[in-house]
This record gives sequence, structure tokens and C-alpha cells, in this order.
Amino acid sequence: MKKIKLKTAKSGSQLVLETLKDLGVDIIFGYPGGAMLPLYDAIHGFEGIQHILARHEQGAVHEAEGYAKSSGKVGVVVVTSGPGATNTVTGIADAYLDSVPLLVFTGQVGRASIGKDAFQEADTVGITAPITKYSYQIRDTADIPRIVTEAYYLAHTGRPGPVEIDLPKDVSTIEVTEINDPKINLPNYHATEHADKNQLSKLLTQLSVSKKPLVIAGGGINYAEATEELRAFIDKYHIPVVSTLLGLGTVPVENPLQLGMGGMHGSYASNMALVEADYIINFGSRFDDRLVSNPTRFAENAVVAHIDIDPAELGKIVKTQIPIVSDLKEALQILVSADRVTTDFDEWTAHVLENKHRAPFSYGKVNDFIRPQQAIEWIGQYTDGDAIIVTDVGQHQMWAAQYYPYKNPRQLITSGGMGTMGFGVPAAIGAKLAHPDKNVILFVGDGGFQMTNQELALLNGYHIPIKVVLVNNHSLGMVRQWQESFYDERRSQSVFDAEPNFQLLAEAYGIKHLKLEDPKTLSEELKILSEDVPMLIEINISQAEQVLPMVPAGAHNDEILGVYFTDGTDAITGASEEVNHA
Amino acid sequence: MRRMIIARLHNVTGILNRFTAVLNRRQVNIISISAGVTENQELTHTTFVVEVDSLGEIEQIIKQLNRLIDVIEVADITDLPHVAREVVLIKVSAPPERRAEIFTMIDPFRVNVVDVNRENVTIQLTGDSDKIEALIDLLIPYGIIRMARTGSAGFERG
Ligand SMILES: Cc1ncc(C[n+]2csc(CCOP(=O)(O)OP(=O)(O)O)c2C)c(N)n1
Repeated sequence: MKKIKLKTAKSGSQLVLETLKDLGVDIIFGYPGGAMLPLYDAIHGFEGIQHILARHEQGAVHEAEGYAKSSGKVGVVVVTSGPGATNTVTGIADAYLDSVPLLVFTGQVGRASIGKDAFQEADTVGITAPITKYSYQIRDTADIPRIVTEAYYLAHTGRPGPVEIDLPKDVSTIEVTEINDPKINLPNYHATEHADKNQLSKLLTQLSVSKKPLVIAGGGINYAEATEELRAFIDKYHIPVVSTLLGLGTVPVENPLQLGMGGMHGSYASNMALVEADYIINFGSRFDDRLVSNPTRFAENAVVAHIDIDPAELGKIVKTQIPIVSDLKEALQILVSADRVTTDFDEWTAHVLENKHRAPFSYGKVNDFIRPQQAIEWIGQYTDGDAIIVTDVGQHQMWAAQYYPYKNPRQLITSGGMGTMGFGVPAAIGAKLAHPDKNVILFVGDGGFQMTNQELALLNGYHIPIKVVLVNNHSLGMVRQWQESFYDERRSQSVFDAEPNFQLLAEAYGIKHLKLEDPKTLSEELKILSEDVPMLIEINISQAEQVLPMVPAGAHNDEILGVYFTDGTDAITGASEEVNHA
Repeated sequence: MRRMIIARLHNVTGILNRFTAVLNRRQVNIISISAGVTENQELTHTTFVVEVDSLGEIEQIIKQLNRLIDVIEVADITDLPHVAREVVLIKVSAPPERRAEIFTMIDPFRVNVVDVNRENVTIQLTGDSDKIEALIDLLIPYGIIRMARTGSAGFERG
């Protein structure tokens, strides 16, 4: 192997930091500990990279995720061995399921102690192997520049994902005067997949013979930076669009062709269109079961085209007649610039759009309690649909998906694949650090808030003026809703009898706070969101609030419950008992 | 159904672990594994025989295996012309009075006798899995004391 002489001797830790800096990393999220002391010592006084001290390693990873998801850059995390590393597992798995580019450095005990149950030793590579795109354990200090460069490259190219680097303490301490060739050496890794032109022309040919086409816009559109191309394609052919949770914003809500989110808590129009379509073109969604619900009956009458950068996604869940492995941006560019095929979708488009107006997301407005849906609508107005919206997981997440008027890519930062409670507070911090000039609003439930609220300590410390909107229903709302719907209203362990005083908690962290309980004054009070300081806005809502409509797990997309029609026709009362319990 | 999968892998620590973890996650039963370095010291050739429910399943699994960074190539060679060999060692009870009978029985298999003592013999056979299974069936009635199989090693012909 080629060796490169260094001008001065450098420690492993210095090599880590310098390589990161050369790669363009300017911020890392972390938490120190014994095995990482050498690296932390090197961080002290190192110029050009800001270190954000989390209050829990799970927080550090979600912060890096929020940063990466909202910016497209690689999020970098540094934690110590053993408990530090195991605390990152949830965040790594979260990043894996949502294809978030992350580089996670975990400390490790010295090489001589590995495998001997040393103090604070855990088999981190073993633990994280199934939830990372790749993992390394660095055995030789001279390999650090290559491995860090390679890992960074792996994290953000192809299908992005988390990459783990386990760094034994002695490897980071040793000083070397020469390093191994830092060139990336991944002969079998395909960073980009190029669209097959024949397959793409098949996609268009099928479009010319279909009468009821539908586009699914997934999170992959964000990752491929393909928003413009997607919008151009849709406009060119006037095809209606169903967004996935992670695809919201890629086509603005106000675009008439946007039917809204599809799937479990998706719109009536989207779910009906999924059932009625004769041609489904999926751009960068992995047909998650929250969208597809029942794969055996999904798209029964439709030809399916699926474009994804990861071949393993094609045909994994839904039978696909036109599978295309490609970078989405490239594929869409070719599709948009290709000669227009003749189409006639007028009748179909009119029909699905009518559904959109017949059954929009809706809720009764007169109420003794604040309606969370209405609060989100107002926030949408006050922020002109332009804020970065971060959510935790639960009912509030779905309301935020349904009622905020998204218009930009990477605008909704949420835990889609894992559904990780505790994601919200730290992810909002990361998003704000990536976009200091944007209004970042977090919607979080009282349950998930209590999982990572220690990260509030960062708001003042680092001047991170996010707005935490705590939607308090005094319960684990989403769990409670399932119990109410499918478990004979037995609210087992889903209602909080005792809760902390969240106002005092915010006070303890020194941030502005207020509690809103009156529906009549809410609209005025919410205007406080325009102030550029960190704040906690607690909104008290009814404990009985439900997220509707709903496609029960395993039901067909048109077996949708809780739809209300604006023209006064009967609401669909729903699926069969059998389906409810599926 | 049984499928024979071959793979060329980077010979790095943990790769077999990652490879089998994909099968494990999909709850695929591994019937046999063999692995060893190739003409290129940096590569390992592996042969897996697995049990799956459908061709679609194995196709999907191969895509997931291909996604591993250290996997160079994976293929299902079951339906392709291929060569595959396995070695088995069988220690069978062979008291002097039955020994001649056993040897006549197994003679057509062209086995090697690799160890002998008063009460038993150890037989080595190389062949495809069918042949090995046929031999095992034949020896069961005599009392197999111990048996070790390497699992198939193979690749496409031509
Ligand atoms: C870490 C974790 N544990 C458990 C769950 C299961 N779960 C999903 S939603 C939910 C309730 C969330 O309650 P809350 O945070 O108050 O939000 P709400 O639904 O009330 O808006 C739970 C427990 C989860 N998603 N993540």
C-alpha cells in the first residue's frame, strides 16, 4: 500500500479532525467519555469545527439527523464507548430506516482489551451492523484518513445512510509520521445508478396508454434534490400526486395536483386515487406499509413503475412491472426532456380533484377545547407555509402532516420509518443549526417530549431559537386512539395521571414559555411565534382528540374511516370488523 | 425450495456475519455454508444452500445481499449448469463380522477409508449432495457414530 509521509507527527485524534475538516464538516454533535478522551482533547482548541454538547447520546444522534435531513449534509456524531455507543442505537436505526447520511464515531477500549469485557466495552460494530450502511473498526492509526473519507463518502452517496466508525482509544492516541493512501477504495460500491433509457421510455409508453395515472412522491425526491424535476414532470403531464410523509413539500400543498399525504392517515382523495389508478409511478418511496397498508391488494388494477436508487427496494413489497434503478434526478431529467407522449387524463384528473374538494382534511371548529388541527393551520398562515416543521411521533405528527401547508423540499423533518418518540426536540435543534435563518417549529406530544426534553438545555446555551409547540393531551394520544378504536376503549397505560409542570420545566431551562388553553384567544396568542427566541408553547387540547381519517392497519386504502364530505353525503362508516383487528 | 447461492466477498473481518445476518433477518434457513479464500487472497468464495418459499424471495434476498459493501457478486446458480462438491466424513460402526458387507455396499461410491479401528471405520466421500445423501442412507442401518459435512462448494460451469 502507498504510504504518505506527514510533515509533522500526528495523533489519530488529530487525523480524525483534520480529515473531517477537509471533507467540509463544520459541526459535530457529541458527548465525551473515557474512550473518547483523546479525541475530545484534540477537539479542545481545534479550529473550524464546532462541537455541540448534547445532554444524552440519543439526543446527539437526532440532532445530527435533524441537521442532515434538513440540509442534505452529513451529520457527524461523536460518542464514547459502551454506554455512550449503546445510547446511540435508536438514533442510528432511525437514520437507517429514513436513509439519513450520518457518520457516527464511537469510542472503543484499547485494542488489547477488545473482546475481554473491559470497562465500558460493548461490541458496537456487532450491535450496529444491521442498522448501518457500513461499519468500520479502525485498527491502524495510519488508516484513519482513508477510513474517515470512505465512510463519509458512503454515508452521503447512493442511498444515503448511517456509517459507524469504532475508534479504539489507543488508535486515537498513537502518533504517526506517515499514513496509508487515503484514496477511497470501494471497488464494488455503486455510488450512482444511471437510468436505463429503455426502461424510462417504457415508463412513458405506459403513460401514453393509461387513463388514470398517479405519481407517488417519496422522501427520495428530497435526497436526490429532484424537486424541480418532479414538479416539471407533473406539470408537463398533469398527473395527480400522492405524497408520502417524507415526501411532503416536494410538491406544494397549494399545487392543485397535490392530493396530500396517502396511507393510514392520508387524505380521502389520495387513498381513493391509489385504489382507482390504472398506473402508479413511484418516485423514491419504498412502499412503506403506512402507505400501502395491505400489499396483497395494493394497486390491484394498476401497472406499477418504481424508480429508486436502491435495487433492493424494487419489487420488495409491491409487484412492479416497470422497475428502474436510478438516481431520481437523472431519471426525472430524462423524462422531462423526452418528447411528450400523447395523453388524455382530463376526466381522471377532474375526478380525483373533485374528491379533494369533497373530502378535505377537516374537523369541527366549535369546541370547548383548542383544536390542534386549527392551531396548526394558524401556524401555517403565520409562517406563510415556509417554516421548517419538525415533529415528534404520535397524533400531533399526523396533524402536522395533514394541516401544515408545505411548499419546500426538506421542510418536514420527522421520524418516518422508525417512528421514534423523542426524535423531535433534538432534531429541531439540528435543523435550526443547519438553517439559522429559518423559523423552526417543533410539534411534540407530552409523551415524546419527556423522552428527550433534557436537550432543551442547548437552546439557551447555543442560542437556538426554536419554537417548541407542546401539544398536550395528557396521554399517549396515538396509543390511546388505537385502544379506543381497536381495544374496546381499554386505555391501558396510555393516560398520564401525573405530569410535570411543563411551564416550570421550561423556566428551569431559562426559555420563554406560555400555556394556551382558550380556543377563543388562541389565534392571537399564537402570533408570538414570530419572536426570534427559544420558547415552549404548551397547547392544552382535549384528551378525546383523534386523528382522522384512518385506514386501519391491513385494510385496503379505500376502507378509510372517519371521512367527512363537504357536500353533506354520508360519511363512510368504515371497514369490516375483521379488517379493524388485522 | 432449496437454492444454491454463491458469493464472492471481500475477505474482511465480519463479512460472513453481515452476510448471514441478512438471511437471518429474513428468517431463511441455511442448510449449508462453505467458505474459503480464492485465487485472489483478498477474496472469499462462499457457497450457501438455503431453503426459501419462492423464487421471488430469493431474488429479493440476493438484491439485499448485493447491497452489502463487501459483497462483490452474489448469484443463484441452482438452475444454471454448475459444479458443486461436498466432503463428508462418516464414522460408522463396523465390527469385524459386518465389515466386509459394509465395504461391498459402499464400493460403488468410490469412497476413501481414512481411519480404521477394531469397532468402526471412518469413510470419506467427495461428491454432490445427492450422492452424499445416498451414502448416508445406506450407512444409517449400520449405525453412524459421528458425521461431519463440509457443505457444498461450487460455481457455474464454463
Ligand atoms: C420510543 C417509542 N416508544 C413507543 C412508541 C409507541 N408510540 C407511538 S405513538 C405513541 C404515543 C405518543 O404520545 P405523545 O408523545 O404524547 O404524542 P401524541 O400521540 O399524544 O400526540 C407511542 C407510545 C414509539 N413510537 N416510540
